[in-house]
Amino acid sequence: MTREEIIKEENLVYKKTALFTDKALSYCPGCGHGTVHRLILETIEEMGIQASTIGVAPVGCAVLAYEFMDIDMMQAAHGRAPALATAVKRLNPDQYVFTYQGDGDLAAIGTAETIHACNRGENFTIIFINNGIYGMTGGQMAPTTLPNMKASTCPYGRDTAMMGNPLKMTELVAQLPGTYYVTRQSVHTAGAVRKCKKAIRKAFENQKLDKGVSFVEVVSNCNSGWKMTPVQSNKWMEENMFPYYPLGDIKVPQV
Amino acid sequence: MKELRLMKGNEAVAEAAIRAGADGYFGYPITPQSEILEYLMAQKPYETTGMVVLQAESEVAAINMVYGGASCGKKVMTSSSSPGISLKMEGISYIAGAELPALIVNVVRGGPGLGTIQPSQSDYFQATKGGGHGDYRLIVLAPSSVQEMYDFVKLGFDLSFKYRNPAMILTDGVIGQMMEKVELDDQIPRSTREEIIKACPWATTGKTPDRERNIITSLDLDSSKQEKHVLKLGAKYDKMEAEEVRYETFGCDDAEYIFVAFGSSARICQKSMEMGRAKGIKVGLLRPITLFPFPKKPIKELAKKVKGMLVVEMNLGQMIEDVQLAAECKTKIEHYGRTGGIIPTPEGILNALEKQIIGG
Ligand SMILES: Cc1ncc(C[n+]2csc(CCOP(=O)(O)OP(=O)(O)O)c2C)c(N)n1
Ligand code: SF4
Ligand SMILES: [Mg+2]
Repeated sequence: MTREEIIKEENLVYKKTALFTDKALSYCPGCGHGTVHRLILETIEEMGIQASTIGVAPVGCAVLAYEFMDIDMMQAAHGRAPALATAVKRLNPDQYVFTYQGDGDLAAIGTAETIHACNRGENFTIIFINNGIYGMTGGQMAPTTLPNMKASTCPYGRDTAMMGNPLKMTELVAQLPGTYYVTRQSVHTAGAVRKCKKAIRKAFENQKLDKGVSFVEVVSNCNSGWKMTPVQSNKWMEENMFPYYPLGDIKVPQV
Repeated sequence: MKELRLMKGNEAVAEAAIRAGADGYFGYPITPQSEILEYLMAQKPYETTGMVVLQAESEVAAINMVYGGASCGKKVMTSSSSPGISLKMEGISYIAGAELPALIVNVVRGGPGLGTIQPSQSDYFQATKGGGHGDYRLIVLAPSSVQEMYDFVKLGFDLSFKYRNPAMILTDGVIGQMMEKVELDDQIPRSTREEIIKACPWATTGKTPDRERNIITSLDLDSSKQEKHVLKLGAKYDKMEAEEVRYETFGCDDAEYIFVAFGSSARICQKSMEMGRAKGIKVGLLRPITLFPFPKKPIKELAKKVKGMLVVEMNLGQMIEDVQLAAECKTKIEHYGRTGGIIPTPEGILNALEKQIIGG
């Protein structure tokens, strides 16, 4: 068969969403960030809301998210994305607004902004990439780093007596009346990707209801920071991260 | 006939924001400026003009709400007093770096640290020399009356949009708390979505098929691009220095001595001037209205012809550095200041002029 014979509509099984720019992703091969980007962009494309979506990028590996997403975006200071999104949504209630944040961004330096945006019941979507580490700055300990897990600032493993226990931010915000939908997903298998996509879709659709924050945590790998191959990192994530951060819905809208 | 009202300086800021057609105010309580948020919450402009008013969880959050709103081309502002302004500095630097219009009001209290709730001018350096990180400048307006508190809100917004640069009203507890008569303008309607898209084609209003996506960022990892960006900011600041200097003079034509003072200190200096003139001392006053861009030229011209200048500030000596630079050693320059929330008296100022400049 020739190349031309293969490239036919009926043979198409996968297509890059039109909302990805042509810029090569800056993420390490095997990293979950790129997959989550794709799910967000597919959601926006499928909902037909490119012209009415505004995204807020964090400081972290996803700082350049706006390079890859063909939508209007702003780049927040470290941890402050929920404050920006609060104003963006309140000033533009007809638009879809989301933040995209890592665990250092959302659960350490931006804890106050996260909690208070959730508590006020802001009507936007938070996508939270929990990889248990500070990926961008070279693998330092995050608030979500597991007990005994090694990172460059806890080279002998996280000592919980010294550093406290990993923060389950998602369970925490689920307690607040201001959150409407809170879920924890992953993107390490095809099945998980499909589930995560549904959750992201729901989190965006919820903005039509004006019922509060929709919060999607994605437990993700940082193969570079964890110093593993992508395959090893996914296995390690299943064995170590998921028991501490169990997947599934934590708060679903009561109907 | 314009509408007249007796108002506190802080209330005048809030009323001016509503009437200027502001889209949003985000603040956090701190003395001596809490009346701004209180007044807005009492007026409920969200029910009339549609202006959003929100009490944030911190000054950090408030300035970042301003960052988000400004990114969308909205007319947004915040206010605070010294310790709160310190917290806003990261956000201000981002707003300047991302070239966004925004208005920040600092009703200064004495510092450093928690200091005092009494008035001060000790944030002059922070307002005019940076405060946040990086090569940036704020447009800094220094009102000396409640009317100017009112007027500078619209002026601050206008300049900040003209230059896509944050503007600050640098005032103090005296002006914030005192009551004076204010002439009010008619309500300016808030900009429509269409107007914003036209006036701010850079804003994140939603990527439509007719244009490329808009990105608001201060980041450029490529140094050559980052340098280009900073040079562009520099050119903007040069333009402000060439075109936006504002100041006022009193009795400078025949003056042998000059007071240089801004804000409430300038008000007190006017009294010292009267007292000095009654004693036969030919003293004038130059009041910088824009602290950045600073009125360098008029100070230089005056420095060439007078016998001395007394810079009067409620701080240890901050603006005096700009006066000295502008005067290029052409005349004697001394500082008189009170700190910690103490307001200088007209007698104290005149006495300082006689001792440090005339007799010194
Ligand atoms: C105020 C401030 N402090 C620190 C940093 C440095 N910094 C950049 S990214 C980062 C951590 C990001 O980690 P995370 O949010 O988990 O994102 P990841 O890279 O893992 O996706 C830090 C500390 C910064 N840019 N700004
Ligand atoms: S450092 Fe970690 S989080 Fe960042 S791109 Fe690489 S694998 Fe992903
Ligand atoms: Mg991380």
